[in-house]
Amino acid sequence: MAQKKFVVGCFDEEKVLFPAVKQVRAAGYKIKDVYTPFAVHGLDHALGMRETSLHTAGFIYGITGTTTAISAISWIFTKDWPLNIGGKPHFALPAWVPIIFELTVLFAAVGMVMTFCYLCQLAPGVKKHHFHKRATDDLFVMVIECTDKTNTDDLKALLSSNGAIETDVQVAEEGWWFGTYDKEDNLYNEKQLA
Amino acid sequence: MHIKYESQLREPLVYGEKNFHQVTEDILRPIEVKPSRLWYIGFFIAVTLLLFGVYSLYREVTYGIGQWNLNKTIGWGWDITNFVWWVGIGHAGTLISAVLLLFRQGWRTGVNRAAEAMTIFAVMCAGQFPIFHMGRVWLAFFILPYPNSRGPLWVNFNSPLLWDVFAISTYFTVSLLFWYSGLLPDLATVRDRAFTKLRKKLYGIAAFGWTGSTKHWQRHESLSLVLAGLSTPLVLSVHTIVSFDFATSVIPGWHTTIFPPYFVAGAIFSGFAMVQSLLIVVRKVFGLTDYITIGHIDLMNKVIVLTGSIVGIAYLTELFMGWYSQNKYEGYTFWYSRAYLFSPYGWSYWGMMACNVLSPQIFWSRKMRRNVFVTFFMSIIVNIGMWFERFVIIVTSLYRDYLPSSWSVYYSPSIWEIGFYMGTFGLFFTCFFLFAKYFPVIAVAEIKYVLKRSGESYKPEFEKLEAQPLDKFIHDNTHAH
Repeated sequence: MAQKKFVVGCFDEEKVLFPAVKQVRAAGYKIKDVYTPFAVHGLDHALGMRETSLHTAGFIYGITGTTTAISAISWIFTKDWPLNIGGKPHFALPAWVPIIFELTVLFAAVGMVMTFCYLCQLAPGVKKHHFHKRATDDLFVMVIECTDKTNTDDLKALLSSNGAIETDVQVAEEGWWFGTYDKEDNLYNEKQLA
Repeated sequence: MHIKYESQLREPLVYGEKNFHQVTEDILRPIEVKPSRLWYIGFFIAVTLLLFGVYSLYREVTYGIGQWNLNKTIGWGWDITNFVWWVGIGHAGTLISAVLLLFRQGWRTGVNRAAEAMTIFAVMCAGQFPIFHMGRVWLAFFILPYPNSRGPLWVNFNSPLLWDVFAISTYFTVSLLFWYSGLLPDLATVRDRAFTKLRKKLYGIAAFGWTGSTKHWQRHESLSLVLAGLSTPLVLSVHTIVSFDFATSVIPGWHTTIFPPYFVAGAIFSGFAMVQSLLIVVRKVFGLTDYITIGHIDLMNKVIVLTGSIVGIAYLTELFMGWYSQNKYEGYTFWYSRAYLFSPYGWSYWGMMACNVLSPQIFWSRKMRRNVFVTFFMSIIVNIGMWFERFVIIVTSLYRDYLPSSWSVYYSPSIWEIGFYMGTFGLFFTCFFLFAKYFPVIAVAEIKYVLKRSGESYKPEFEKLEAQPLDKFIHDNTHAH
C-alpha cells in the first residue's frame, strides 16, 4: 500500500479539540482521523462523518435469526419428523417463541460483532500504525492527510495556534492497513513523557 | 445535543484530583505490578476447590449419578438448585451493563466491567450442572439439533429444558461478546503502556489492533447500544425460561404463573449481592476506592432492597394463592411442606424468609446502605438466602409427591454433590482471580468519559453554570460545539 505523509497534532482537552477541528476543516485540510482515548460524543459529526449503519446490519441479522428458527423448527416438526406430543398440534408456534427469540438475539449479536470487527479491521494479531502512544491514554490525536500542495510547517503552526500541545509529521501507510505499530521498539514509560 | 453538565447535588462518581492519565495509572496499576501475597493465597484456595470439584465429577462420571444422594422423588437436588443459583447470579452483570446503559445511569461505569466478567464466569459454572446431571455426559451433544444418523431424531422444541439450552448458550455468547467488545479499548491502553515485549505482544493480540479512531468509536457506541438493547430482553428471557423448567410442570408449588417475574427479581437480587461481595474486596485490595465509591455501594443496596422486597411479595402471594386456590396439593405444599416450621424442611423455608425478605430491610436506612461491613455481611446472607430459595422450591415440592408410598426419606447431599458445588466456586474464583490480574477491572475508557462531568474535582466548575439565567444555560449547554 502507498505510503503517505500525515501531520499529527495532539490535544489534551476536549474543549480545545472541537474548535480546532472546526478551524482545520475551515482552512481546507482533510482530517483523516482523530484518535481518542474514549468515545467523544459529537466528534463524529464535527468531523463530518456519516452515521454508522451498524444497527441496520444488526436488524437484518436479527430477522435472519427469526426466520432461521421458524423455518427450521416448523420443517422439523411438521415435515421431517412429526412427533406426537400428547396429541398436541405439530405446528405449535407459541411453544417455539422462546427459541425463536433466543436465535434472533444470537444472530443479531454475533453478526453485529463480526461486522464491527470486519469494518474496523479488528482481529487478533492485527497491527496498525499508531500516531501517538498516548492516544489510548490521555491525548486526542488529530491526523491530517498531506497532499502535494500541503505546507507542513504552515499546518503545524495552525495546529499549534489552535492549542495543539505537540505536533509532528509522520509517514505511514494510508487507508485500511495492516501496518505495524511496533516497528521501532520504543516502549512506553513515564520518563519519555516527562 | 450533548449536555456536558451534571447537577452538583449528584454525588461524584470519581473522587480525588484526577486527570485522564491518572485514571489510566490508577486502574491499570494492579495488573502492572506483581500480585500480592493475598492474591496467591486466594488463587491457591480457588484452584484447590476447583480440583476437588474435578475429582467429584470424575466420581460422578465414572460411577454414575448414584454418587449423589438423589432418590425416587427428589430427582433434582443440589444439582439443579446450584444451576439456578449460578444463573441468577449472572443476571446482575447484564443488568448493570445493559439495562443501566439504556437508562443512561452514569454510575454503571465504575462497576460494569467486573460485573460482566462475573456474569460470564457464573454462567460457565451454571452450565456444568445440567450437563453433568445428564449422567452420560459424553453424549451431551445430543441436546443440540443437528442432522444425525439416528433418524434424524430431533430434539423436542416444545420442551422448556431445550429452551434452556438455547437460552443459556445464547446468554453466554452474547455476554461474552458484550464484555470483550467493551474490553478492546482498555486492552489497547494496556498494550500501549506495555513495559516488556511479551506483554506488548500478548496484549497486542488481545486488543485486536484497536487504535481509538473516531469512526471506530462511533461504531463501537452503536454496537454497545444495540447489544445492550438485545441483552435487556435476553436477560429477562433467560431466567423466565429457567423458571419455565418448573412452571410448565404439574408439580404443586411449581405450577404457577408468578414464576417468571419472581425468578427474574430473585436473580437480580442475588446477582447484585454477589457483585457487592466481589467489589467490596476488589476496591479495597486494588486501592480503587476512588472509582468504586460508597455511592456505588449505596445505589446497589437500593437495588437489593427493591428486588428483595419484590421477592418477598412473591413469597407472600404464593402463600396466599396456596390457600385461596383451595387446591389441596398446593395447600399442602405451601402451608405444610414449606411454611410449617416443624415440617421436615420447614427450617429451609424460614431460613430463606429471614435471609431474603427480613434482613435486607435493613437497607432502608441510608447509614446501613453506606456501611461497607454491613453491606459485605448482607451480601453473603442474601446469597445464602437465594440458594435456600431454590432449594426450597425444588426439594419441598418433590419430597412428597401425589403418592404417599413413594414419599422420600430425608434428602441430604453426598460429599460428591457438595464437592461439585465447591468445584464451581473454585472455577468461578479461579477465573475471577485471573481476570483481576490480567484485565482492567474497571472500564478505563468509560471512566474517562464521565470524568469531566462527574469527577469530584471537576464538579465545582458547574457552580458558574448553575448561577446563569436559564435561557443562557440551555443555550450554552445544548450548543457546546
